[in-house]
Amino acid sequence: MTRFSAWNVLWQGITGQKGWTRQWRDPEPKSHYGVIIVGGGLHGLATAYYLAKNHGLRNVAVLEKGWIGGGNAGRNTTIVRSNYARPGNRQFYAHSLKLWEELSHVLNYNVMFSQRSHIALLHSPSAIDAAARNYNTLRRTGTPDAEIWGLEQLKQAVPHLNYAEGARFPVMGAAVQKRAGTARHDAVVWGYARAADQLGVDILQNCAVTGVERDGGRITALETTRGRITAGKVGFAVAGNTSRLWNMAGLGRLPIESHKLQAFVSEPLKPLLDQVVVFGMGGAHFYISQSDKGGMVFGGDLDWYKSYAQRGNLPIVQDVAEAAMSVMPCLGRVKLLRHWAGVVDMSMDGSHFICPTPLDNLYLNTGWNYGGFKATPAAGWWFADLIANERPAPMIADFDLKRFERGLQIDERGAGPDPKLHG
Amino acid sequence: MIRISCPFCGPRDHAEFSYGGDGSIEYPALDAPVQDWHDAVFLRENICGLQLETWQHVHGCRMWLKVERDTMTQEIRSVTPAHPGLASVLESQA
Repeated sequence: MTRFSAWNVLWQGITGQKGWTRQWRDPEPKSHYGVIIVGGGLHGLATAYYLAKNHGLRNVAVLEKGWIGGGNAGRNTTIVRSNYARPGNRQFYAHSLKLWEELSHVLNYNVMFSQRSHIALLHSPSAIDAAARNYNTLRRTGTPDAEIWGLEQLKQAVPHLNYAEGARFPVMGAAVQKRAGTARHDAVVWGYARAADQLGVDILQNCAVTGVERDGGRITALETTRGRITAGKVGFAVAGNTSRLWNMAGLGRLPIESHKLQAFVSEPLKPLLDQVVVFGMGGAHFYISQSDKGGMVFGGDLDWYKSYAQRGNLPIVQDVAEAAMSVMPCLGRVKLLRHWAGVVDMSMDGSHFICPTPLDNLYLNTGWNYGGFKATPAAGWWFADLIANERPAPMIADFDLKRFERGLQIDERGAGPDPKLHG
Repeated sequence: MIRISCPFCGPRDHAEFSYGGDGSIEYPALDAPVQDWHDAVFLRENICGLQLETWQHVHGCRMWLKVERDTMTQEIRSVTPAHPGLASVLESQA
C-alpha cells in the first residue's frame, strides 16, 4: 500500500495516477481470530486499529454485515466537540478531541478535521447562566477554548443568523467551543480501515453475524454469512442493533432503546457558514454546518418513537425545516438534496457504555445516543484497552451496565430515565 | 407517515400522538425489592418487530392507548384503550 506524502501525490500526478494500490485488503475469513470486533463502523474500526497499534495484537478481525461505514458512520452530521460538563463525560470527550487533533497525521490519512468552532445559541438570561456554569467548569478542567459570547461578538462572527428583536426567541449570546468543528466521516472510516489493515487486521465485509455460540459463560464462535469463526474474545460495536446481537448471545435486556435520527443536506452553496451552529430552545433542536462541498448539513430531534427502520418520518422534516427558518431565514429557498435516518442506541441516561458483560470474553460498546461520531477515537482507544487488558481503565469505570444499580446516572441533559428525551 | 386508528376518534396522523414507551413493562409493587424497580425502570427488551407500546392522543381525545406496532416496518396491528375498564365498555357497545 502506498503511503500518502506530498512527494507521492506529486509523483502520481505526473505519472498518470497509475501507481496507487488498494487501500485495504479483501481477505477471506480465517477459521479463528484472537479478537473479533462485530461492527465495521467508526467505533469498530477504531477499536481494531488501537488493538493492533497500542496493544500489539495481530490476529484481529472486524466483521461488517454490509460495507464499512455504511451504517451510522455514513449517516451522522460529523460534528466533533467536547463541551460535556458531567464528570466522566468531560474527561472522556476531552481525550477524544485531543486524539482528533492528531488523527490525520497518526493515520496518514486526511480526515479533514476542521476546528471551526461550535456555537450554541443562547436565548434567555437563565440559559446564559446555565451555559456559563458548564463552560466555567470546562475552562477549569482542561478545556480553555470554552467561551461565552455576547451578542455583538456573535454578530461579528456569524452575521447572517436571525437577530430580529421580534423573533419568537431572540438570540442573546452563545456558548462557544473554539477547538470543536467537523470532520469528513468517510475519510475517518477509510483512514482507520487502511491503518488497521496495514497492521494486519482483517476487515471482513458482507459478513453478518447470524448466531452466537456459547459454552457456559464464554463465547466460543460466531456464526456468520461467511461461515463459522471461532474467537478468543469478542467485542460488540453495532450501534442501533446492539439489542439484537445481545439476544443472539442469550443475554436478556439492556438499558437502551433503538431510535432513529434524521439528517439533511442541501444543494451546494458558496461559503455561507464557517462554524457549527446549534439552536436549542423549548421543544426545538437544530444544528447546522456547511460541508467542504458547500452543502448545508443539518439535523434536529429524534423521530419521537422507538424504531429500527432506517428511514425518517415527515413531521420531523417539517419540524427541522421550521427550526432552520427561525435560525437562518436565508435558507428559505435552498433546495434539499437528500435526507436520511440512522438507528441509534438511546441509553437511559444519555451516556454510553464501554464495559465488560456477563460473559467472560465478551465486551460491549453501545449507548452513544446522538454523540457517537465525536467519540470515535476515544471510544476505539478505551474499548481496545478494555479488550486487551480485560479490565476497565479508570477513564471508563463508570460507563458500565451496572451504574444504574449503583444509583449513578451520567445525565448531561437532566432528562431522567427515558431514552427518547436524551437529544 | 403512520396512521393510528384511535378507538375514540378514528384514524388519525401519528403526529397527533405522543409516544409513551414499552407497554409490556409491569411495574412492581411499591415495596418490591430495589432490583425489581431497577429492572422495570432501566432495562428494555428493545424488540425489533412487533411491540406492545403506549401512545397518548395528545392532540385529540387525550386518551392513553395500547398500540401493537412493528418497530421495523411501522405496521400497526391493533389499537386499544390503555384503561381496561374503557376497553370493556367499547367492546360491550360493539
